[in-house]
Amino acid sequence: MSILCGKDTRLLCQGITGTAGSFHMEQCVKYGTRLVAGVTPGKGGGKWGEGVPLFDTVEEAVRATGADASVIFVPPPFASDAIMEAAAAGVKLIVAITEGIPILDMVRVREFLKSRPSRLVGPNCPGVITPAACKIGIMPGYIHKPGPVGVLSRSGTLTYEAVWQLTSRGIGQSTCIGIGGDPIIGTSFLDVLRLFKDDPATEAVVMIGEIGGTAEEEAARFVQAELRKPVVAFIAGRTAPPGKRMGHAGAIISGGEGGAEGKVQALRAAGVTVVDNPSEIGAAVEKLLKRP
Amino acid sequence: MKIHEYQAKSLLARYGIPVLKSQVADDAAAAGAAADALGYPSVVKAQVHAGGRGKGGGIRLVKSRGEAERAANEILGRPLVTPQTGPEGKRVKRLLVEEGCAIDRELYAAVALDRRAGAPVIIASPDGGMDIEEVARQTPDRIFRVPTDPALGFLPFQARALSRRLGLSGDALPRGAAVLTGLARAFTDLDLSLAEINPLVVTREARVVALDSKVVFDDNALWRHKDAEALRDPDEEDPLEARARKADLSYIKLSGNIGCMVNGAGLAMATMDIIKLHGGAPANFLDVGGGADKARVTEAFRILLYDPKVQAVLVNIFGGIMKCDVIAEGVVAAAREVGLKVPLVVRLEGTNVERGRELLSLSGLALTAARDMEDAAKSVVAAAAGAGRP
Repeated sequence: MSILCGKDTRLLCQGITGTAGSFHMEQCVKYGTRLVAGVTPGKGGGKWGEGVPLFDTVEEAVRATGADASVIFVPPPFASDAIMEAAAAGVKLIVAITEGIPILDMVRVREFLKSRPSRLVGPNCPGVITPAACKIGIMPGYIHKPGPVGVLSRSGTLTYEAVWQLTSRGIGQSTCIGIGGDPIIGTSFLDVLRLFKDDPATEAVVMIGEIGGTAEEEAARFVQAELRKPVVAFIAGRTAPPGKRMGHAGAIISGGEGGAEGKVQALRAAGVTVVDNPSEIGAAVEKLLKRP
Repeated sequence: MKIHEYQAKSLLARYGIPVLKSQVADDAAAAGAAADALGYPSVVKAQVHAGGRGKGGGIRLVKSRGEAERAANEILGRPLVTPQTGPEGKRVKRLLVEEGCAIDRELYAAVALDRRAGAPVIIASPDGGMDIEEVARQTPDRIFRVPTDPALGFLPFQARALSRRLGLSGDALPRGAAVLTGLARAFTDLDLSLAEINPLVVTREARVVALDSKVVFDDNALWRHKDAEALRDPDEEDPLEARARKADLSYIKLSGNIGCMVNGAGLAMATMDIIKLHGGAPANFLDVGGGADKARVTEAFRILLYDPKVQAVLVNIFGGIMKCDVIAEGVVAAAREVGLKVPLVVRLEGTNVERGRELLSLSGLALTAARDMEDAAKSVVAAAAGAGRP
């Protein structure tokens, strides 16, 4: 099994007619994702690629196709509205790829989602993939392989790095999730760890954190108290100077908070195997899985 | 985006926050004239994007025109070193001359984002005027945090209650509340990521005044505040960082000698970490981003090679949005254009990786193709060490 998405997921794409949306939806369809609809206001009634129907609104798309997940490539000024539109239409899983959404827009989105059952992953994230079943996002499909390791990360390409190390050693993944690098995101480390805990297909977890915020510390408390599955972690940015924003809006050490050492210590204290070298993630997982 | 104190104060004044009378001065004569006009004692303040200016001698109380001019001469045109600037300091090219005031109490007030709550939070303390992080460490119970409602904002009764907790009473109570609500409104209206007043002073006449202020804009929202762009001070930015920003690249200059070009912030940080782990020192953080094209990669290459300290370059790309063949084309074009003279180590993986590797090997460039991240880090550290030898 897996979490968040699988073979039965019916995906729609908001912003499918843009360059990035179009390229990545082709890749997702090739991977085997069931793409059932596209939404671009003003292009309703048309078709995308080989027969994917286009709609003007998410509501119409959901009604006509039964889509239960949406992936968003809409540009930053309109992305928060797109997320709320998907939630209002009852879409269960919303994956927002868009990078650069104003933080106060996300404050409104978060408030809007509170009273609705939709789960948002992202924004500013690579998406979610259940290997050999469903890819919702921009990750290269071929680096993945089905198996027992759940992968969660705040970063995009660093997730690919970790996944590739696993696959190269013949270790597959249950589901891989990039939760995004912004200060306000829909799904936290903690949320994903809860899902992995209840997922029988997930036997071990790889968690890739980075400087900024306190999400890793919260995750550490959950691992210690409840998870009961081995976890390997890496924290990026141990050499980053304080006060400098390292690309991600969320990756900044400020006010004595968000430093890498505190996160590493909290995770180690919770029994997590924290690797200092990012190229040793795969080997560390292999060692843990072999342990009786 | 950070702005200067004088700019922050004029923004806050628009939200009804009282500030002292002041004038901007770019030379000693103007500073003297401003002080004369404002009366004595007045205060001459260096305008740089860094806190702790007082500790570095960048804030002077002056009692005459002569003192004002002398202070201006001592501060202007020289680097000001504060606990936040690093040892090289920041060159001062502008002063704010401000009237003096009779301070009764110094408070702290700020609005920032509370990540966990996903909403702005008002932070206030009766212990203003000092390093608030130090207050947080020593006496955390002296810092009050009031979460705001994401839909309704910071409400007037919350402001009055907080004003009360800060120990304000009588005329000062509603004045303090008005400052707090004004600050919260500025935060949301202007899409700020930080709005801070430290100290917020209560004068002997029970006025509540912003004595110093720090305002940071959310870079992601600058598109809807076109007039904010005029507040940017290009001299405060590292010239290479400014150039990178124009090309939509995320670049931060560091002190080492290994230039890095990576896609994705997390992988870029991890690349810095692994270089350090193998005994090297990164010259920069450079994330070429997701949607980079050939032109952007070429510009990224130019920027990182512009740093004269760079003695070897590591390109570490894991293609997702970014296709490896695009990176390869950019690397080849840039290396030819700039006439690359330092060793280059390239590690490619991901979308279109075969084509990317092929383009690199057909290019005839003298580069080291790395198998993986570990190999890449070791190779580039060795190359930089070799290049460093006389």
